[in-house]
Amino acid sequence: MNFVALRMLTGDRAKYFGLVFAIAFCTFLLENQTTIFANILQRTASQILDVTDAEVWVMDPQTEYWEQTKALKDTDLTRVRGVPGVQWAVRLFKGNPIARTLDGKFAAAFLVGLDDATLAGAPRRMLLGSWERLREPDSVVLDQAGYILLFPNQPLVLDRTLEMNDHRVTIVGISDASPPFASLPVMHTRYSEAINFLGRERTQLSFVVARAAAGVTPHELAARIHERTGLRARTTPEFMWDCIRYYLRNTGIPVNFGITIAVALVVGAVVAGQTFYLFTIENLKQFGALKAMGVTNVRLIGMILLQAFTAGALGFAIGTGMAATFFEITLHLIQTRHIVLLWQCVALTAACIFFVVIVASVLSIRRVLVLEPAAVFRG
Amino acid sequence: MSTNGIGVSCRGVRKHFGHGDARVEALRGVDFETRIGELSFLVGPSGCGKTTLISIVAGLLDPSAGEITVLGTRPADLSANERVLFRRRNLGFIFQQFNLLPALTAAENVAVPLIAAGIMRRRAVDRAKDLLSQLGLQHRLDALPVTLSGGQQQRVAIARALIHEPRLVVCDEPTAALDHASGEAVMDLLAANAVRPGRTVIVVTHDTRVFHYADSIAEMDDGRIVNVTRPSGSGSSATSEERHQLQEHYA
Repeated sequence: MNFVALRMLTGDRAKYFGLVFAIAFCTFLLENQTTIFANILQRTASQILDVTDAEVWVMDPQTEYWEQTKALKDTDLTRVRGVPGVQWAVRLFKGNPIARTLDGKFAAAFLVGLDDATLAGAPRRMLLGSWERLREPDSVVLDQAGYILLFPNQPLVLDRTLEMNDHRVTIVGISDASPPFASLPVMHTRYSEAINFLGRERTQLSFVVARAAAGVTPHELAARIHERTGLRARTTPEFMWDCIRYYLRNTGIPVNFGITIAVALVVGAVVAGQTFYLFTIENLKQFGALKAMGVTNVRLIGMILLQAFTAGALGFAIGTGMAATFFEITLHLIQTRHIVLLWQCVALTAACIFFVVIVASVLSIRRVLVLEPAAVFRG
Repeated sequence: MSTNGIGVSCRGVRKHFGHGDARVEALRGVDFETRIGELSFLVGPSGCGKTTLISIVAGLLDPSAGEITVLGTRPADLSANERVLFRRRNLGFIFQQFNLLPALTAAENVAVPLIAAGIMRRRAVDRAKDLLSQLGLQHRLDALPVTLSGGQQQRVAIARALIHEPRLVVCDEPTAALDHASGEAVMDLLAANAVRPGRTVIVVTHDTRVFHYADSIAEMDDGRIVNVTRPSGSGSSATSEERHQLQEHYA
């Protein structure tokens, strides 16, 4: 009877497409909103994740997340290096200078100061130029979005000049740095240059980034550093989640997005569930005729489930395709760069759609099971 | 099981719906019998209990009281599942509104009872096409019901009711939705193809134009059988004069 079930499902094209597109729309909404939410939150830790060389971040115990740091003492670097299991540990500076172009255009920026000797933490995805040129005096690598912001409608060209804190600096590379939560230009330079560009303070050291020696896990090393120095030490994933949790706790983002996602879920679930339920109700007479002809309840349940899962799977596939297309298009826009459809969001949406399909099926099955086959004799 | 030539036997069958003030007595002690090989008509005004009675006979409803034997089997002795299987094997249905599945072609609709019984789809459809061809629909085998006339749809419904060689065919107002010519054609077809030794056919109708096809006519009123006409004795057809009298009565 599977073919009968599928033909019943696809027989009325308008209803069938309505049902499939309701589920596709629901899928698209859910995947779209959850993915944007997750990617925006991930942006709070973009600069942490961009430092691919380091495994452990050491910071002042008062530092909670990337954008708000309390400087360490310069001697803390030596203390961290003295902890057993540290393969290497270097300084990392983070500041927010104002960058100006010669045309007078300016913007607040993220300035990341890298260890002068090793350049550990330098951006690995370069669009133009080379991060090795950071060894030149007064040089910075600027990210593409920052370049477009500071030099709108101009081609990507190296060796342009910026001014920061009365210093003229040269753009020696254009990177594809991960976008930060706030849409600020991201610049990389050497540590010694960075503190000049921002202005000297008594203490400058934002972070110490370290790598574990062979045989020591980042987690073990972080625990050891904390134990020996009293500083806060987090592995890269831990620090990323610290940032995400900070924004979740202290901003309106989760509430606003939560409401949007909940609305998407409710609207999608109601539309998809009701459409399928109505589809079954409209076919009750046909199910009644089949019951009268001796089709068992078990077989009818199988038919309804087949219809539900066929429509659900097709709708989910189309919706996921729509979401993937959407993010493929927006991936190339500068404002929405690096926002990609996450498999976790796809899996979460699949679970939601499965739940909706199951609920709608159960309600539909109930109507069919309580249907009196004698009803087919009534007009 | 022995049937002694009796297709369906009802003794003192009662059926009520609802409780208290809302209680409706649909059947008030029906005694009804059909013979195997006959075309039996169940006639009466709307609301007299005809549909309730055939629903009980077909095993689609349970009686509130009384004894029923269908093809030598007491449905009351069967479990719910056995009753479904009994219905699948032994009964064919023809509905007033045809109840064809709109998404299936004529041949596929006819094949449904065979497919439900576990026969492979291709074999079932081939058999359905043969039967439809015998019923004069060889040129509409792949047509969807919506493209068929009322008479053609009812012919498909007849084929669907007969494809699995049931021993009891229950027809509910088979001509009610048809014009006179189509109704006559459908009854001709039914009489020619459904009625045969070993099979009982019960037709519920109040279409007086087709009374002349009946071998026996049971009249119902207010939940009871009030008259049974078997004009020419056991197993034979009613005389044209008696049928005419009934037609006059209901007209």
